[in-house]
Amino acid sequence: MSTQPATHSVTIVPPVVSTGDLVRRQSLLTRITHATWAIAMFFLLLSGLQIFNARPTLYIGDQSGFAFDNSVLSMTAENTTEGPVGYTNVLGHRFDTSGVLGMSWNGNRPVARGFPAWATIPSYQDLATGRVVHFFFAWVLVFTLAVWLVGSLVNRHLVRDLAPRLRDIRDLPRDVATHARFRFHRTRSYGPLQKLSYLAVLFVFLPLIILTGLSMSPTMNAAMPFLPEMFGGRQTARTLHFVAMLLLVGFFVVHMLMVVAAGPFNEIRSIVTGWYRTDPPRGPSGKDEAQA
Amino acid sequence: MSKLILSRRGFLSVSATAASGLALAGCDVLDGIAGGGSVRDVLASANDLTYRVQRMLAGDALAQEFTEADIRQPQRPNGVTAPDDATYKSLQSGGFADWRLEVKGLVEKPLSLTLAQLQAMPARTQITRHDCVEGWSCIAKWTGVPLSLVLDEAQVKPQARYVVFHCLDTIERDLSGDVKYYGSIDMIDARHPQTILAYGLNGKPLPVENGAPLRARVERQLGYKMPKYLSAIELVDSLAPIGLGRGGYWEDRGYDWFAGI
Repeated sequence: MSTQPATHSVTIVPPVVSTGDLVRRQSLLTRITHATWAIAMFFLLLSGLQIFNARPTLYIGDQSGFAFDNSVLSMTAENTTEGPVGYTNVLGHRFDTSGVLGMSWNGNRPVARGFPAWATIPSYQDLATGRVVHFFFAWVLVFTLAVWLVGSLVNRHLVRDLAPRLRDIRDLPRDVATHARFRFHRTRSYGPLQKLSYLAVLFVFLPLIILTGLSMSPTMNAAMPFLPEMFGGRQTARTLHFVAMLLLVGFFVVHMLMVVAAGPFNEIRSIVTGWYRTDPPRGPSGKDEAQA
Repeated sequence: MSKLILSRRGFLSVSATAASGLALAGCDVLDGIAGGGSVRDVLASANDLTYRVQRMLAGDALAQEFTEADIRQPQRPNGVTAPDDATYKSLQSGGFADWRLEVKGLVEKPLSLTLAQLQAMPARTQITRHDCVEGWSCIAKWTGVPLSLVLDEAQVKPQARYVVFHCLDTIERDLSGDVKYYGSIDMIDARHPQTILAYGLNGKPLPVENGAPLRARVERQLGYKMPKYLSAIELVDSLAPIGLGRGGYWEDRGYDWFAGI
């Protein structure tokens, strides 16, 4: 397939000359749980959007307002003189999102649906299958989280690599500045922003999305009535489930940008094999070293 | 060095292929899951785990009950809201005086109960939240006779494992004829104190759109587990002979039999 002369690649891909040490950065457990999450989150997102489409409106409180309005987000479609239009209504503001949200195209046919076919599993409206896929991978997610948590306590990944230290808090402003300039330090340990974002995902976003998900279950409501109450009612829990999804998607986008910006080859190698090439020791002239 | 670049190039083309695979996935590559194939069956088996774990966690716990102040709107009807079956219409025009609830199957004493007889039994009123599988919720006050009292009256045989609800409303007309709504629950839900055969809604007789004259309330599951327009309840030891064998109209069309989530 790739028959182009190699010289072309040099212009496309700037070679990263790295002479630092190859270090074993990710344990097998970290890599397996990471890959499992990636697969589970992919299916959870696309089946979740399928489930959302069955009622593309989010509310605040215990119930959905039919005789009153307590909606905070809805996706609707309307026929106008200029053809079908899709709207996304957020907190009383209406946005034209034709083609993507509210109304999208199936070939030449306009379809009124929340998220478009390419964003849902199955591509067509099928709530039953969406639920089957969603709850299977919800179990996969929870099981993997449990394995990861126990394993990472035992192999000290959590304490050694993720727990922020005083130094991380001190280095945080500088880490923000270097990230803003897309300059990354490749070291064996995670940087302050990296630690914070991973901890946010593992200990805030994922627990939030699991607990708000459980809050929607009528049997869990009977077993643990505090669940929906703690989020302000079942419909608020559903709204927060959606918000947690947005936070995780936001994390995913930044996570991918960071992989590309920090050197995709090295990053993918460490994701797959655990081996990671660090930057060469700083200050080859000796001058910088003195400053560091 | 050139070797490295080539492998990087190789990696990029692989990742581009993978990325396009992911982008396609949402389209229709994964639609195969929806068919009645073995992949879907494996994924659906997670529902058995959910059933076991939720039964274990919930035990006999009651569903949340709310206050009068939480009743802010009429109960939203869903599914069939005006049965146009001749039998139903004639019963309706007679004020359901000729309507009967048959209790049959694995019982010592089959019953045929009038609405008046059901209303004469001890009643339970509960303000609960109705959760639809589509995602919406609605709070309303339901009044009815606990199903367990009806079961006790009929003396359920020990081998009975499920209660099957038979309904008067035709939900689908296809080549093989009319399909009337049907559904089923296990004995744990059947005996649960909040599982009632409701004839009252928000202090008034149950309206037609919500299932008059009698509907099931199974408060720890989703709405599709609470059939409306009841005509009979049947005690069975297997769901295989019911409908297409999965225990309910929606279950036979891909929805999970246990709808606790």
